[in-house]
Amino acid sequence: MTRSTIGKWPLILVFLATLFLSGAAAVGSAEEAPAPAVQKAASAPAFTQEMADAIANQKIAMDTVWVMVTAFLVFFMNLGFGLVESGFCRAKNCVNILFKNFVVFAVSSLAFLALGFGLMFGDGTAFFGLKGLFFATGADNSPAMGDAYQGVYSALNWTGVPLWAKFFFQLVFAGTAATIVSGAVAERIKFQAFVIFTFFMVGIVYPIGGHLIWGGGWLASKGFLDFAGSTVVHSIGGWAALAGIIMLGPRIGKYGPGGKVNAFPGHSMTSAAIGVFVLWFGWFGFNPGSTMAADWASIAHVATTTNTAAAAATLSSMITAWVLLGKPDLGMALNGCLAGLVAITAPCAFVSVPSSLLIGLIAGILVVLAVFFFDRIRIDDPVGATAVHLANGVFGTIALGLFADPAVCPAAAAAKKGLFLGGGMGQLGPQLLGVALVGAAVFALSLAFWFVTKILCNGIRVSEEEEMEGLDYHEHGNAAYPNFQLIEKR
Amino acid sequence: MKKIEAIIKPFKLDEVKSALQELGISGMTVVEVKGFGRQKGHTEIYRGAEYMVEFVPKIKIEAAVPADSVAAVVERILTAARTGKIGDGKIFVYDVEEVVRIRTGERGREAL
Repeated sequence: MTRSTIGKWPLILVFLATLFLSGAAAVGSAEEAPAPAVQKAASAPAFTQEMADAIANQKIAMDTVWVMVTAFLVFFMNLGFGLVESGFCRAKNCVNILFKNFVVFAVSSLAFLALGFGLMFGDGTAFFGLKGLFFATGADNSPAMGDAYQGVYSALNWTGVPLWAKFFFQLVFAGTAATIVSGAVAERIKFQAFVIFTFFMVGIVYPIGGHLIWGGGWLASKGFLDFAGSTVVHSIGGWAALAGIIMLGPRIGKYGPGGKVNAFPGHSMTSAAIGVFVLWFGWFGFNPGSTMAADWASIAHVATTTNTAAAAATLSSMITAWVLLGKPDLGMALNGCLAGLVAITAPCAFVSVPSSLLIGLIAGILVVLAVFFFDRIRIDDPVGATAVHLANGVFGTIALGLFADPAVCPAAAAAKKGLFLGGGMGQLGPQLLGVALVGAAVFALSLAFWFVTKILCNGIRVSEEEEMEGLDYHEHGNAAYPNFQLIEKR
Repeated sequence: MKKIEAIIKPFKLDEVKSALQELGISGMTVVEVKGFGRQKGHTEIYRGAEYMVEFVPKIKIEAAVPADSVAAVVERILTAARTGKIGDGKIFVYDVEEVVRIRTGERGREAL
């Protein structure tokens, strides 16, 4: 596995540090110690198996706590997505979009438990797992690592945490990929169709894409790297969303004759802004947590590259929108921040902090242009999910091949030098291959499953009457703000 | 008795209300409304796409006053609500046939 070197350093350092401290406490330092003390030390008990076990247990405990706490942070990102997406939608569809964001994690949890985890991480072919497929019940002796590991989820044997910590951490990532889709297809998809597609997405599409990379599959064997999921989570979510948008078509009245793009302003910029703050916070679990070990140097490095890219992208998107539109546009800056976070997700552990600043700057410009581009080709995405997660997921994955530097932190050792550091195509080649393969495979699979969903639900789009009057009333018999009179032109 | 209906900019409500209170007006009703006049709305930008806000938010004040104070009330509203820019609003004056205070059953000028 590509990240197999990450886990070893802390163990060695903790071991050495503890050895030194316990040794010092027992015998004093060699320089100060008088001769009798040295003699005494010689007769003291040697470093025993019990002591080694105790140190190893501390290491496992710290790694597990880190993995679980960061997984809880990633779970919290569901709230962020719920707020961003509901804020960017109209009030008449607010219950519907909140409900989708709420139910998506419940569906993801069951789908990933039942099949997704086994398909993604079980030993098997280069394209999907075959062993321990259902309910993550395959043989496993975690937290044993590396060669000591005996089980069917050997793609995850580089981290020394219990199986359920691995499962839970990977589950919250799968949930994130699924929730990306909900915003892109908002305001016109049948609720039932979204729930059914999410089962396919988290049970089959995401695990197959993920197996190629994190499951020890074909792309992993080609040297493709994706530290925390620019491709695995964000562009897979983005490709599935794009397929959904194409199957659905734009909202009624979004595009007029002569290339006219009509704005459907979201109903709460307050929600949207809080949501992005929550996501920014959650990303400190998403990226630094992907060390899956309390590897201090890598965690600190990844947290800093992550935040630097987000900050740079926020400012560059703000300035780009300011120049192109005449005013700083909050919606664009919010998308810009997320774009920087998505772009740095793959390279966060493999690039230097100054490189992360450049990656963020480019991501912020790219997202604004992508929003215009998708509107130009009439891909109606109410929340900008494709511009954020697809365009920048792809960009971040390629950026890894441009800026990678194996010396920046312990976790970076798996990378080859990027193009801009004189590494030629060594790392960039596999990255481009991965972008193309994942794009083709996930887009095709998603289209197929959207088609199956369409047959199962007798169409995936609500009626014209329902779209105009709002999905809240027709799908749920409900209103988000019953004490207010809503006058929405569209 | 007359009814004054004044459509003003929302942020002018406090000033107009204080001005009319100083004049001794006994009550008013305020409604949040939307509309357009010569201003014809304005454009806003949302995530890169411009859109027209045809109906601009305004405040409508309704107050019934004795016929002899109409001139003073209109004058006060004019000074308080004016910014000199387009979109300041309009004042309408109507005849009122009858006013009844529900609690006491008083009618006419007594009920104001």
